[in-house]
Amino acid sequence: MSTGELTAKNRLAIDRTSMPEQDAAKRATNFQEVNLGLAEAAAVREAQRCLDCKKRPCVDGCPVRLRIPEFLVAVANADFAAAAEILRADNALPATTGRVCPQEKQCEQKCVRGVKGEPVAIGWLERFVADWAAENMAAPQPPAEKTGRKVAVVGSGPGGLTAAGELARLGHDVTIFEALHDAGGVLRYGIPEFRLPKRIVDREVDNLKSLGVKIECNVVIGRTLTVGQILDEFDACFIANGAGLPMFLNVPGENLKGVYSANEYLTRVNLMGAYREDSRTPVARGAAAVIFGGGNTAMDAVRTAKRLGSERAILAYRRGREEMPARLEEVHHAEQEGVEFLFLVSPLELIGGEDGWVKAVRLQRMELGEPDASGRRRPVPVDGSEFELPCDIAVVAIGTRANPLLTQSCPDLKLNKWGNIEIDENGMTSVPGVFAGGDIVRGGATVILAMGDGKNSAIAIDQYLKRQD
Amino acid sequence: MFEVISKQEIAPSVHRMVVKAPRVAAARKPGQFVIVRVDEDHERIPLTIADADAEAGVITLIVQAVGDGTKDIVATPVGGAIRDVAGPLGHPTEIENFGKVVCVGGGVGTAVLFPLAKALADAGNEVTTIIGGRSEPFVILRRDLAAFSKEVLVTTEDGSLGTKGFVTAVLGEMLSDDARRPDAVYAVGPVPMMRAICQQTRPAGVKTIVSLNPIMVDGTGMCGGCRVTVGGEIKFACVDGPEFDGHDVDFAELADRQNAYKEDYCRLDAKLQQTETAR
Repeated sequence: MSTGELTAKNRLAIDRTSMPEQDAAKRATNFQEVNLGLAEAAAVREAQRCLDCKKRPCVDGCPVRLRIPEFLVAVANADFAAAAEILRADNALPATTGRVCPQEKQCEQKCVRGVKGEPVAIGWLERFVADWAAENMAAPQPPAEKTGRKVAVVGSGPGGLTAAGELARLGHDVTIFEALHDAGGVLRYGIPEFRLPKRIVDREVDNLKSLGVKIECNVVIGRTLTVGQILDEFDACFIANGAGLPMFLNVPGENLKGVYSANEYLTRVNLMGAYREDSRTPVARGAAAVIFGGGNTAMDAVRTAKRLGSERAILAYRRGREEMPARLEEVHHAEQEGVEFLFLVSPLELIGGEDGWVKAVRLQRMELGEPDASGRRRPVPVDGSEFELPCDIAVVAIGTRANPLLTQSCPDLKLNKWGNIEIDENGMTSVPGVFAGGDIVRGGATVILAMGDGKNSAIAIDQYLKRQD
Repeated sequence: MFEVISKQEIAPSVHRMVVKAPRVAAARKPGQFVIVRVDEDHERIPLTIADADAEAGVITLIVQAVGDGTKDIVATPVGGAIRDVAGPLGHPTEIENFGKVVCVGGGVGTAVLFPLAKALADAGNEVTTIIGGRSEPFVILRRDLAAFSKEVLVTTEDGSLGTKGFVTAVLGEMLSDDARRPDAVYAVGPVPMMRAICQQTRPAGVKTIVSLNPIMVDGTGMCGGCRVTVGGEIKFACVDGPEFDGHDVDFAELADRQNAYKEDYCRLDAKLQQTETAR
């Protein structure tokens, strides 16, 4: 049935589909993907729920401005190839965003179906079509027309990959410099296999290579090359090196063995494959793991600890459930998997045993006071409420700061007081021809916001290069 | 891919490898290191760049084959390739003209010391080098260091070469002799050695720089695994170091953190050996 034959009433009568998931008890012991993906019939039916409304609020909710209604109409007509073409044109990493975007705060939050009921499952459909395209369509090809302009991209995370894809499609000669040994940035080292399998990242990266993007790994900008050297070789540069400097708690005992930054813990497990039995990279395992933080990274770390065999995997957050920045779906999944949540607590000290390993954390209870600068109610310590919680592993997931390696080597780059790069309304930095986006500009944000920056900067770079002609 | 140009065993299990890495060779300054990952599914291993030739596009690494990762690095044949060489990382050594400098190297730490000592000599310092090893074969780079040192003093634990004992005894004599007393000391070697040297130089009031090699993953400041307490503050050896004022370093904590995965590696080594035997 084509969507044209469906009345609004027909569409309104369709209930939101559900995502098939790996059984919670089983998945808590493995690293295979939690969400299994929609079947074809379910995807078509879900897309038919879209009212194809005139206002298209969903598009405004999308940082890369995916043409969601057109995409959904194609899916509703079971024309997956047409849907995939729209996806590919608008979004460089659809299989990724379909898995990790906080849709409930973006496109789906704006969906008119959500006013009285549940929004269209845009994210699940995006994933469905991206996976379908990987199975059924040839890799994207480089454009026939080349501009002869060379653009360097620093960092192969979501921002860098998106910018690179966009620039390549515009005919520019693009080289990505990546500091680590494999491309993907946070998609590779940060987000765990059970949420974003690395074969998906490989595929997204391969698609960009098909577009003609060159990727050089093991190049640390600020050390191996400076931004100045890049400008000698390239016509423009996009900096998207992320915010890779972990923050610590600054409490006693933080350097005990078994205490990790979330970056280290997740890098060992994801990039270095420590979850595999035959991995050469060790990571501490123990009966009780405590993770400090309330964001997606904290959620990834606590669910990883559970999978690595911790009987108790506890997330300790200084605010309440409502204030957690983590995606709703992750919170639900974590709860199903047996992750424990400890709200309104703040760590005072990590306590070690004679062997130098962490054995407990001393926590203090908090209560919520007046709203702070972020609009969330500020946690206030409750006197005399200290208590000890035994743990064998502690992971600090309270955020990251700007890594100064690159910026120190380029004093002309104007920074804000936190060390993040300042940009103008076109995404250009204080150095002509050098653009920046993602976490190095925003501080810690999300994959899709970095991608939005990558896309906008690519367009701005293209215009900048045209002005130079 | 980074081609191995030449390779030579300079002491038991210690190999000097020249590797093609043009970008690293061009950017490298004394005191910096690279992270080497020999192949897929291998660990990332920090190694000091002992020397570099920017024109030829090569760097020299001195690798002690102790664990599984380093054994695989030195097993790479000449003409073969290492998958990943990232760098140069860390701060270059801040080279000053102190006047008289004593450079102390212990075991394979002497390889880390070599470029620093050379740079110090180039900057006009009078460099005296003390190198120690278990026995004669483990004393490395003696001739290379002699090329620019006023004197190279050797100690071995068994007395098979030079003075019998530890480097600290020789350094102690120099510290208590006003004529030979150094203006600064650079020490690189096992943590107990660097700690002992700092205990000697602190009361003598002699500035002492140490180069630390804690457990590290990315080498770019991203993971914080290499954090050390220096002067009561958390520092990342990879981006804030690897060299620090030795008098400010919490060596006890460093030593403890370094053995975090000892058992894991032993278990892994045993497992890999089993697999190999089975083959």
